[in-house]
Amino acid sequence: MFKILSKTQLSAVVWEMVVEAPLLARHCRPGQFLIVRKDEVGERIPLTICDYDTEKGTVTIVFQPVGVSSEKFLELEEGDSFLDFVGPLGRPSDICDMSDEELRKKKFLFVCGGVGTAPVYPQVKWLHERGISADVIIGCRTKDLLFYEDKMREVAGHLYVTTDDGSYMHKGVVTTVIDELVAEGKEYNHCVCIGPMIMMKFCCLTTQKYGIPTIVSMNPIMVDGTGMCGACRLTVGDEVKFACVDGPEFDGFKINWAECMKRAAMYKTVEGEAKLRYQEGKTHEGGCGNC
Amino acid sequence: MGNVLERIPVREQDPKVRAANFDEVCLGYNEEEAVAEAQRCLNCKNAKCITGCPVNIRINEFIAKVKERDFEGAYRTISQSSALPAVCGRVCPQETQCEGKCIRGIKGDPVSIGKLERFVADYARHNGIVPTPDAPPNGHRIAVVGSGPAGLTCAGDLARMGYDVTIFEALHKAGGVLTYGIPEFRLPKDEVVAKEVENVKALGVKICTDVIIGRTESVDELLEQGFEAVFIGSGAGLPMFMGIPGENANGVFSANEYLTRNNLMKAFRDDYDTPIYKAKKVVVVGGGNVAMDAARTALRLGAEVHLVYRRSEAELPARAEEVHHAKEEGIIFDLLTNPVEILTDENDYVRGIRCIRMELGEPDASGRRRPVPVEGSEFEVECDAVIMSLGTSPNPLISSTTVGLDINRRKCIIADEETGATSREGVYAGGDAVTGAATVILAMGAGKTAAKGIDEFIRSRK
Ligand SMILES: Cc1cc2nc3c(=O)[nH]c(=O)nc-3n(C[C@H](O)[C@H](O)[C@H](O)COP(=O)(O)OP(=O)(O)OC[C@H]3O[C@@H](n4cnc5c(N)ncnc54)[C@H](O)[C@@H]3O)c2cc1C
Ligand code: FES
Repeated sequence: MFKILSKTQLSAVVWEMVVEAPLLARHCRPGQFLIVRKDEVGERIPLTICDYDTEKGTVTIVFQPVGVSSEKFLELEEGDSFLDFVGPLGRPSDICDMSDEELRKKKFLFVCGGVGTAPVYPQVKWLHERGISADVIIGCRTKDLLFYEDKMREVAGHLYVTTDDGSYMHKGVVTTVIDELVAEGKEYNHCVCIGPMIMMKFCCLTTQKYGIPTIVSMNPIMVDGTGMCGACRLTVGDEVKFACVDGPEFDGFKINWAECMKRAAMYKTVEGEAKLRYQEGKTHEGGCGNC
Repeated sequence: MGNVLERIPVREQDPKVRAANFDEVCLGYNEEEAVAEAQRCLNCKNAKCITGCPVNIRINEFIAKVKERDFEGAYRTISQSSALPAVCGRVCPQETQCEGKCIRGIKGDPVSIGKLERFVADYARHNGIVPTPDAPPNGHRIAVVGSGPAGLTCAGDLARMGYDVTIFEALHKAGGVLTYGIPEFRLPKDEVVAKEVENVKALGVKICTDVIIGRTESVDELLEQGFEAVFIGSGAGLPMFMGIPGENANGVFSANEYLTRNNLMKAFRDDYDTPIYKAKKVVVVGGGNVAMDAARTALRLGAEVHLVYRRSEAELPARAEEVHHAKEEGIIFDLLTNPVEILTDENDYVRGIRCIRMELGEPDASGRRRPVPVEGSEFEVECDAVIMSLGTSPNPLISSTTVGLDINRRKCIIADEETGATSREGVYAGGDAVTGAATVILAMGAGKTAAKGIDEFIRSRK
């Protein structure tokens, strides 16, 4: 059992939990993820690690409830426990393997949106701790969905926030900011983008235009997270990779986005049914158009 | 009493009924049936059956005890050689092992050794008879990685010798393939697997789930923490795909994914959140036990199921009983057939599969006749899901994070057959992680061998 030490609502739809998991905390590195299961009947949900404290033995997760299983996370309060909390999974971010010299040669741009903002934080912080400042763009639909602004500002070189509807700071999407920064004469040679798939895809199209190599963090459907099932497979270049063991970070220019987006929709109907069953009890027999 | 040349038939759920439920297919013998079947055993002086058993259970002895209705005695005899008799009685390929050697088999049916083993183990479970340690605790700590048959057996044997054993398991439940792979209708999880795991715990073994060795902790860290030896029984869990066009379409699954969703994550039960793809017509590719399990699972979830296999019936690697059951339940076998492409609709969902007919040519390295495509024989089959069951290989997670642990070309850990020792001192390995995908009983045999090897290693250090 893994105890929840704190539970905080970060935005209208996003929650943060700090969980006691000393073994995990001791081995985590930026870029990795873990798998959480609330209870015996719950699914195994992969979540990117958002922060960790080796000394306190804690790991921070940030999530936006989407399916039944992650929605049920909200039933848990401080002091309650997750049944399973496994990891760290996947390969650490490439930056972890770079020498200080290599790192100093890089001009980093981080682009994030949605829950993706959270896993970008430990990477920027990791660089900050090594004296390297990275620019960060956070994009969100509207101001109510923004979180981690202050936290990010503390560790980032420059922080740019943009909202689709202009309710806060820049108006526009992340790619408009990238265009503006490049137009201003800013130079980057390493971009990391973590966010909704559609945002990562368009970010890559933009950075490719400017020749900025871009790493994305993929979160396809997973079951075990250890390479055992292949549910998480995706095409990178002309190779099939398992995101859980070969990733989750990949060269964004090589991802087959169309395939990834279609695969992500695979269980939409089944998920929808499960959600209705959860919300309405076992009365639902289908045919409502939502499932 | 019937004809002694024929075995006592075992009661099974009716094929029509069981095709729609996940309850166990085979109901096993009752006491009378077991005793009657045991009477058929000739109690050979030179019992050939024992040589056919990878862990050399003293088969004639336990059957003699069944004859005398000393079922507890029979259990004690079996459990000296096997830690998981209720499992083996259900899933071993007896026809090629013990029963294949039975003298009765020359002129009739061999004795139903598997069913008798199952009966004895079930009797013990129902009557609360559990194995007991043979030696007092000796204080030496041993770590076991993986809780499949290899890990459980190694841990159980070491605990019996007095060792303080901890098993580390990556998944949230113990049992390995017995839990995530083999379906409920063949091997009940709560009733059989969980109880066998409890028996191992009853010997003092601790099981830590949710610990991935190579990630959560490394083999080296285990050794640093005071474990004096480590046994790696991490199985062969990595699924293979064919590399044909369309394989990443929605509706194509590895058998591992399909079975894990259903067995470990209980997708077939309404009270679990796990989604599973509800298909109307499923094509399963492969001919082993895993393929049979995937096919029969899809059938139970409501699909029409075709099994596509590139060789002929004689080469099907699955247990004879599974093939027989699959046919009875209505699985359609498309033999000498191989897929060449998975066809998809505009949204990338499976709409069919293109196959080619095969014929058998000269024998290949495995001694089986090599299937070769018949030119121009391609045809399409409509379906909305494809399950790939082409075999699995060991996960490199441990070998790639343990310095000095040698593996072979096939990514299998290299271990001494006599002792289980690997290229790293104090590190032992066995089961599918060493052999590649094999059988429960071979994994158990390897676990036993390694337990002995570890015991000798520890004694030599004292
Ligand atoms: C669907 C299916 C049906 C089968 N049917 C039969 C049958 O009828 N008869 C038969 O004899 N055999 C059958 N087999 C084969 C048999 O199950 C295996 O040969 C046997 O289970 C191998 O045992 P093992 O202990 O080596 O590995 P496994 O049973 O695979 O157990 C390995 C365990 O190690 C864990 N693990 C892996 N990596 C790590 C890590 N890094 N850290 C911690 N834990 C880890 C895994 O999660 C797993 O629980 C079947 C296999 C499958 C998949
Ligand atoms: S999640 Fe199963 S292989 Fe990646």
